[in-house]
Amino acid sequence: MSSAIYPATDLGAPPRWWRSRTLARFMRNRLAVVGVVMITLMVLACAFGPSLLPYDELFIDLRARFAPPLTGYHIFGTDPLGRDIAARLFNAGRISLMVGFFAMLMSTALGTLIGIIAGYRGGLLGSVLMRVVDAFLSFPSIFLLLALAAFIKPSPFMITVIIALTSWMEVARIVNAEISSLRERDFVLAARSLGYRSSTIMIKELLPNAIGPIIVAATLTVARAILLEAYVSFLGYGIQPPLPSWGNMLNGAQQYLDKAPWLAIVPGVAITLAVSSFNFIGDGLRDALDARSDGN
Amino acid sequence: MLHYLLNRLGQSLILLLLVSMIGFAVLNLAPGGPLSQFALTPGMTREAMDRIAHQMGLDRPLPIQYLDWIWRLLQGDWGKSYRDQQPVLQIIGSHLFATLLLMGTSMVISISLGTWIGIRSATKRHSLFDYSTSVAAMVALSIPTFWFGMVAIYVFALKLKWLPAGSMYTIGNASISDYAIHLIMPSLVLALVDIAVWSRYMRSSTLDVINQDFIRTARAKGLTERTVLMKHVVRNAMIPMITLAGLQLPTILGGALVTETVFTWPGMGRLFLDSLGYHDYPVVMGLLMFSAILVLAGSLVADIVVTIVDPRVRLG
Repeated sequence: MSSAIYPATDLGAPPRWWRSRTLARFMRNRLAVVGVVMITLMVLACAFGPSLLPYDELFIDLRARFAPPLTGYHIFGTDPLGRDIAARLFNAGRISLMVGFFAMLMSTALGTLIGIIAGYRGGLLGSVLMRVVDAFLSFPSIFLLLALAAFIKPSPFMITVIIALTSWMEVARIVNAEISSLRERDFVLAARSLGYRSSTIMIKELLPNAIGPIIVAATLTVARAILLEAYVSFLGYGIQPPLPSWGNMLNGAQQYLDKAPWLAIVPGVAITLAVSSFNFIGDGLRDALDARSDGN
Repeated sequence: MLHYLLNRLGQSLILLLLVSMIGFAVLNLAPGGPLSQFALTPGMTREAMDRIAHQMGLDRPLPIQYLDWIWRLLQGDWGKSYRDQQPVLQIIGSHLFATLLLMGTSMVISISLGTWIGIRSATKRHSLFDYSTSVAAMVALSIPTFWFGMVAIYVFALKLKWLPAGSMYTIGNASISDYAIHLIMPSLVLALVDIAVWSRYMRSSTLDVINQDFIRTARAKGLTERTVLMKHVVRNAMIPMITLAGLQLPTILGGALVTETVFTWPGMGRLFLDSLGYHDYPVVMGLLMFSAILVLAGSLVADIVVTIVDPRVRLG
């Protein structure tokens, strides 16, 4: 199609990833690039920020309570206990981003497993599995998440697990649809006639062909998991203080809304930036991995 | 048609059964379980705990407990609240109106605004309007609802003092206009995410319709662009939106829970959080089931409406 841009290379040479059309399509989506840049900056800030700041996230200074942003070294001000908000924000970011990332890994693994089995086996097992997916989708996920979080002793690990337990269904649906359409193709028949075991066919033959949609769904799941963590922690059932997370920093913010609006604004902006960045990246990946969108 | 209806109804019932199993499992397998509220009472002994468990039938095998529970559920006995001994169904009923009022208003707002934005960005594809609304929609999907609510309260209630900061009506003055004023902020906040969802889907649905042959025919026979749009494009593009309305129900219900918390709205969401705080297990369970039933009923109605509206849908 556009061979002028991509000169014919030696067919034996491995394709170079920086020349791939997928990358070119992704880079053309400005918002997606902005998303990658923002996430990189946020990860760097959360990784190195706390050690660059003069304050510890747990250091209480009662003389400096409710300091507005840009007082002295408090770039984002202080909270009702005089703790530095910037230090808390970066430490909270570590937790929120980690919860988001690991919840994505778990829910993608679970969703892929269920989706691939349901899609490849089909029949009764397949439809039972997919009805379970539908049943999970019938609960408003926040209701289910809160019920689980309230009855389980919350720790960052458990919060990650229950977020994963309430967000694997989308991936399962996508993988199921993808695998069911691939199942009858010739290469699967070939693999089966060579005597491959079902598990080998699922993992080695089918999974690589469905990887595009899985990556897109996984990226969007990170966004969703960060949001869900913020919701549960805001409502008091997620990450427990003194451990800061973006959600629980907002937990007490409403009562000081008039006196100290920065308590609400700073973490909220951080959540919105992180979540929208992952959404932008997911959207960019969707277009980039879909070869049909070339030339559009 | 009857065959389709029965089939679809059967599917909903199977889903309902699965939903009830998940809900039951969630709250029983969690450590603490239904008895955790008593464990906190001072002076509670092991024997007393066992006695309560026996009285409540909690020492029986789980499958038996489940069957017993579902049988009572079907008879309308949803248990009694641990807090004030009121029947669960009655408590839910007394909070239902507030939530339905909030959800209904917000759906009307999001559907009308979202549809308008979607049609406009589809007809003016690649324009500034199309580009900016699609970016705005993606950002709107990323804003935590509760935080957006707080920002709205800060701006419109605390700074501009245009609107009340919370609750459903002023005590002593519960007129319709008073309700309406209290409704504006929470329903708009709740609508934000759905406006984004609706405008995205309406845009792609309109784009699907707009390039079809019957639209060209309509233009060719000399209809004005406005008539083509209103009578041919929009009508057909709306059909997938009916299904979407059904699918969006869980999101709106979940959003209502958070919105109600921020705006101290006396609905099901606040009830759910309060009951969680008291470990009021029957009410939590009842609300989980009730919301799932609401969602299943919503998607059932949506599917039936689609078959009535769209004669092309094959019934099988």
